[in-house]
Amino acid sequence: MLPQKHEPIRIGFYVCHCGVNIASMIDVEAVARYAAKLPNVAISRNYKYMCSDPGQELIQQDIADHRLNRIVVAACSPLLHEHTFRKATAAAGLNPYYFQMVNIREHNSWVHTNREEATRKAMAQVRAAIYRVPLHKPLEVKKVPINPNVLIVGGGIAGIHAALLLANAGKQVYLVEREPTVGGHMAKFDKTFPTLDCAMCVLSPKMAAVGNHPNITLWTYSEVAKVDGYVGNYKVTVRRKPRYIIEDLCTGCQECVDNCIYKEPKFPDTFNLGLSKRKPVYLPFPQAVPPVVIIDPETCIELKTGKCKKTCVEACGDRKAIDLKQKEELREIEVGTIIIATGFKTFDPRRTPYYGYGVYPNVLTSLEVERFLNASGPTGGELVLNNGQKPKRVAIVHCVGSRDENTNKWCSRVCCLYSLKLAHLIKERTEAEVYNFYIDIRAPGKSMEEFYTRVCEEGVQMIRGKVADVYPDTSNGSNGRLIVQAEDTLMSRILKVPVDMVVLSVGLEPHADTEQVRRMFNMSCSAEGWFLERHPKLAPVSTFTDGIFLAGCCQGPKDIPDSVAQAGAAAAEAFSLMDKGHIEQEPNTAYVLEEECSGCKSCIPLCPYTAISFLEDKKKAYINEALCKGCGTCVGSCPSGSIVQNLFEDEEVFREIEGLLEPVA
Amino acid sequence: MSEITENNVSTGWSPRIIAFFCNWCTYTAADLAGVSRMKYASNVRIIRVMCSGRIDPQFVLEAFAKGADGVLVGGCHPNDCHYVEGNYKMLRRYRLLQRMLSDMGIEPERFRLEWISAAEGDKVKHVVNDMVEKLTKLGPLALDQKQKDWDKEVQSLEDDVHAQQQEGAVAHA
Repeated sequence: MLPQKHEPIRIGFYVCHCGVNIASMIDVEAVARYAAKLPNVAISRNYKYMCSDPGQELIQQDIADHRLNRIVVAACSPLLHEHTFRKATAAAGLNPYYFQMVNIREHNSWVHTNREEATRKAMAQVRAAIYRVPLHKPLEVKKVPINPNVLIVGGGIAGIHAALLLANAGKQVYLVEREPTVGGHMAKFDKTFPTLDCAMCVLSPKMAAVGNHPNITLWTYSEVAKVDGYVGNYKVTVRRKPRYIIEDLCTGCQECVDNCIYKEPKFPDTFNLGLSKRKPVYLPFPQAVPPVVIIDPETCIELKTGKCKKTCVEACGDRKAIDLKQKEELREIEVGTIIIATGFKTFDPRRTPYYGYGVYPNVLTSLEVERFLNASGPTGGELVLNNGQKPKRVAIVHCVGSRDENTNKWCSRVCCLYSLKLAHLIKERTEAEVYNFYIDIRAPGKSMEEFYTRVCEEGVQMIRGKVADVYPDTSNGSNGRLIVQAEDTLMSRILKVPVDMVVLSVGLEPHADTEQVRRMFNMSCSAEGWFLERHPKLAPVSTFTDGIFLAGCCQGPKDIPDSVAQAGAAAAEAFSLMDKGHIEQEPNTAYVLEEECSGCKSCIPLCPYTAISFLEDKKKAYINEALCKGCGTCVGSCPSGSIVQNLFEDEEVFREIEGLLEPVA
Repeated sequence: MSEITENNVSTGWSPRIIAFFCNWCTYTAADLAGVSRMKYASNVRIIRVMCSGRIDPQFVLEAFAKGADGVLVGGCHPNDCHYVEGNYKMLRRYRLLQRMLSDMGIEPERFRLEWISAAEGDKVKHVVNDMVEKLTKLGPLALDQKQKDWDKEVQSLEDDVHAQQQEGAVAHA
């Protein structure tokens, strides 16, 4: 049906019960009766679920039967179902922008407590829409081509998995990782719960695949420096930090490492959390991808002073892979979608000084213990005290930096199970007596409870109580032992358990630079600092910025299976967006009414997208629709009111104000 | 906090607030407040705009003219604007408009700008409740009474000028 001029306005109004979500707080029948009396309303109905198929069919049938040319639905937030109803409107042959939505659930029934007032407010909201909708114009959806390349930020298990899925589907993937190798936290673990399979055994084939995939451009030791553009057409600048090695030429033979002027490793090995030593030139770990060494400029004599014999260069010989003059490089790429998989950091237990971390050498974090237990770790898989002996009694303290008013309030979700895993591994490797001090054991998910039972049956002591203090045992001279003090809340008594080693099960928290990353990608953060998903249930990997998706722990603590599942979801979302070939954009762009523009140019510097130019011949402003993003800033500033924003015209807003404020007759 | 309701029991009056919320941060925060079932006063009526930068000073004036007792503008925090810097544009307009409103005898509490991110559902609740509380104390804007007062003022000024002209005319004669 083509919109005709001078055709009388006939509004169809529908108010949704949303089961009882709306109907329990708002008298929907009264609202429908009220709307029926408002100008231009041809039909007014209430229905249990407007978003259901019968609800949508009701609208479509009415459009046909009653020659409706405007539709107003009072239901939930337009951010949720505007799309649904526009589609329903369009399916009946009406322009979808002849539809207006009224939010009487999120902004009314769910937040108010007085039925009479809520109903009155709903009537005002409905009136605003009914006053506004006659001014609506038929608009066309804007179609913009989408770049089929994707950027993945973070090369942990989530980033790796998403990269492989998209690359296998034929997309060009840029995988940017801050560290010199991909692998993330998972590469540091020994075994994974609840199956106890070796972390590296399942991870390393995927790491290698990422390194070799023809569709993946892997940039390690690199960071995203700048992001411009919008969904489908992002321009990203990546900073490639110098590793002083030409990646393509290095074979990973490590002869340079053997021949370094430092005969012995001398500097803390970051991959092993400082528990072992490395040289200034090093391979992060044996399975590193890319399998390429790196030179640390902080410790390399040549890079610090320029006065080294450069035995490494000599050892490299004809391969010429060492470039000590390498500079930082900026690379610009164009992508259509971005997946953020930047992960987490572990809680620093120095913030809970009563546990003695950093004071007593045998107080370790869970991640440090993972490295000790790992065959490629500092001790080749042996868990030892600082005197080199095996511990006989070990305490594992749960919830360090989790579920704590003084540090982080959230549950880090993985600590209970990794603590149980560590208990099992410590018992297996050292035959020590292991005490787990917990607040609650949280073991949901497939095979998790069974794992908990299994570890209990292996004889691990479970004590329900939060540890209050860790201090040296002085009863028998300085034997190096520690006392763990806690209240056993099941027995209602104070326990003082002497142990050789204390393992702090540290929680997960957002990276320190989350704020900068969030800003760069224009995302939101939850109060805790995790990146915010668009909808907690229905859009769990989308962000509020179109074309940017989340995977893994950057969105909140989760275990490996969940990170992988989420990475798959993010890849699917990105794929579905890109494979369509174009994106549809809200036609909420602005345009200039030439006859009214005075040519004052005040709008031109306001546009952040330089979409406004000045037509010198006509002395008028001109808006390039392809560049306009529809913010409306120029519209709000035009002194002569000669810029119009589609969907948000001045007159439409004025009618809304009028409708909201008019007293209910 | 005691429940604030739309009707002030003793007088039967309670303030009406028009809120302009940007699509990306504050409108979403209000949705979050809903999803989280936070309770706040029902005096506020929200109009969605894509960006706080879209808010024309005329929208604010029109709201007051049509009977609003307060106008609330919600945008993204500085540096967080979905459209780079629309919120800064609104901040400038807000400052100018605030001065103009005070010249018109409209109290500064009646026009409020708040940065509320998509994650701050509770801030929507607190800001709305706080504004309702302040406006309830302040009483109705009663712009029509103010207009009558302005008319009276202008009239007396005119009368003065007229009288002086008359005197002048007599003196000249």
